[in-house]
Amino acid sequence: MVKTEATLVAPSLDPGLLRPDFPALDQKIHGHPLVYLDNAATTQKPTAVLRALDRYYRRDCSNVHRGVHTLSQRSTASYESARGIVQRFLGSSSDREIVFVRGATEGINLVARSFLGPRLEPGDEVLVTAMEHHANIVPWQLVCKAAGARLRVLPMDDRGELRLEELGKVLTERTRLLAAVHVSNALGTVNPVEELVAAARQRGVPVLLDGAQAVPHKAVNVEALGCDFYVFSGHKAFGPTGIGVLWGRREHLETMEPYQGGGDMIVTVGFEGSTFREPPARFEAGTPNIAGAIGLGAALEYLEELGLPQIEAYEAELLSYATQRIGSLPGIRLIGTARRKAGVLSFVVEGVHPHDVGTILDQRGVAVRVGHHCAQPVMAHFGVPATVRASFAFYNTRFEVDALEQGLREVKEIFGP
Amino acid sequence: MIDLRELYQEVILDHNRQPRNFRVPEHPQRQAEGYNPLCGDKITVYVHVDQGQIRDVSFKGAGCAISQASASLMTEAVLGKSLAEARSLFEGFHHLLTDEGSGPSTGGDLGKLEVFSGVREYPMRVKCATLAWHTLKSALEDESATVSTESPNPTPSGGP
Repeated sequence: MVKTEATLVAPSLDPGLLRPDFPALDQKIHGHPLVYLDNAATTQKPTAVLRALDRYYRRDCSNVHRGVHTLSQRSTASYESARGIVQRFLGSSSDREIVFVRGATEGINLVARSFLGPRLEPGDEVLVTAMEHHANIVPWQLVCKAAGARLRVLPMDDRGELRLEELGKVLTERTRLLAAVHVSNALGTVNPVEELVAAARQRGVPVLLDGAQAVPHKAVNVEALGCDFYVFSGHKAFGPTGIGVLWGRREHLETMEPYQGGGDMIVTVGFEGSTFREPPARFEAGTPNIAGAIGLGAALEYLEELGLPQIEAYEAELLSYATQRIGSLPGIRLIGTARRKAGVLSFVVEGVHPHDVGTILDQRGVAVRVGHHCAQPVMAHFGVPATVRASFAFYNTRFEVDALEQGLREVKEIFGP
Repeated sequence: MIDLRELYQEVILDHNRQPRNFRVPEHPQRQAEGYNPLCGDKITVYVHVDQGQIRDVSFKGAGCAISQASASLMTEAVLGKSLAEARSLFEGFHHLLTDEGSGPSTGGDLGKLEVFSGVREYPMRVKCATLAWHTLKSALEDESATVSTESPNPTPSGGP
């Protein structure tokens, strides 16, 4: 059972009242009401976000940080105001610490290229965990390869929990960065990131946390976490695609080289050389995703209005219900049974490939993800090529869990005992 | 609404449960590996060609019901056929899966392979059904590299 402290204090959240905020939820798929359980891949967008995008394109459309005309002032104000919303949302002390990027993936690549790369020497190490998304493995591998450094891995156990007792072996004096996922996309594990950060800081090792699956489900405060970098994607947090956030401590950002060169990130440009602006502008070359940032701001405000503790409490209850219903079906093996989980129920159906499960569920209107979830090392750990993943948001209901259960019974009917 | 039984016909379920020619030959003459990174399907096809004729064909691997049954039925279909006949079967099979509106029998006599006609309604699953065939083609052409459904030209499906 997944329980959180928030369960005790928060008034309950009523998805019935919220669902009309999400137009895409109201449709039929193959004659059945859509049951959208693929929120870890991307979330649906509330009308507040759609309106913000619409308003920008209909009324304020212009470039930022350039023109003196009214539209440009409006769009610049909205864009920078979105930065302020992100700052508040993450509990950062300055909006200069908020860099808009394309998504969590670009945020990690930026830190790998501009922060870690120049500091890496042959024999150095980068530490990741066994449950990382490919986006938190490959960028580090690329810079490690270039520098002759190596990637080390903190292992996990068969519930999908990190083996913290192994930390002393893999966090060494050669470790130059610890990169860890806050909430696992494939397993739903909520990692004890406070402990990871404390252990790393003791050794003076900076920490990047991948918050792509945390931000949509729980309150995140980067100052309280004590990490050095935090990344997340807008589209997994009810915002538009193509926008994400890198939060970085100011003292780090200020010492970092630019990631990409171009307009808006320079102070002066001459053919003999150029000088660069202070962060975050230094890392936002070219015209940014203005509409995306504004839409993300609207999404985060929507989440704040609902209340992250309320969201967390509601989802914990829903996940607990789903775990019980789906987990008790015959022939179902749950993949990832950590004691602290958020939003994700990953499983395999005995004798049936996840792909077939996904196709059958889709015919009943139930959208789940099937595959390796961009976490092949996780699949290898559990000895499966792929899983079925139902991932929840606050707009999902118990009825939808029941629809999933019904669909899985049908899978068993078609494929036989 | 499409009936799921059209896709998961009894023949397909049967070949998935008990794939035919599911073995590694003692002395493989030609072989190739196929891989679909989107769903993790992996297959190795072994083929023995003598005087332009497929004398033996078998496979090993794991994947969804569509890919397993397709591999199994493929081995039955091409056994004893000439290389040209096998190629023509693949063309007919491909046509069956991808050409909307065309009758199931346009690609010549596909025999049992026609049970896959339902796959046409599920574009995301076409690659599952063709993986074994692409792999066989590669084995026949004696290419040693792994066949991937996603290379060299990535397709728009998939993602994190």
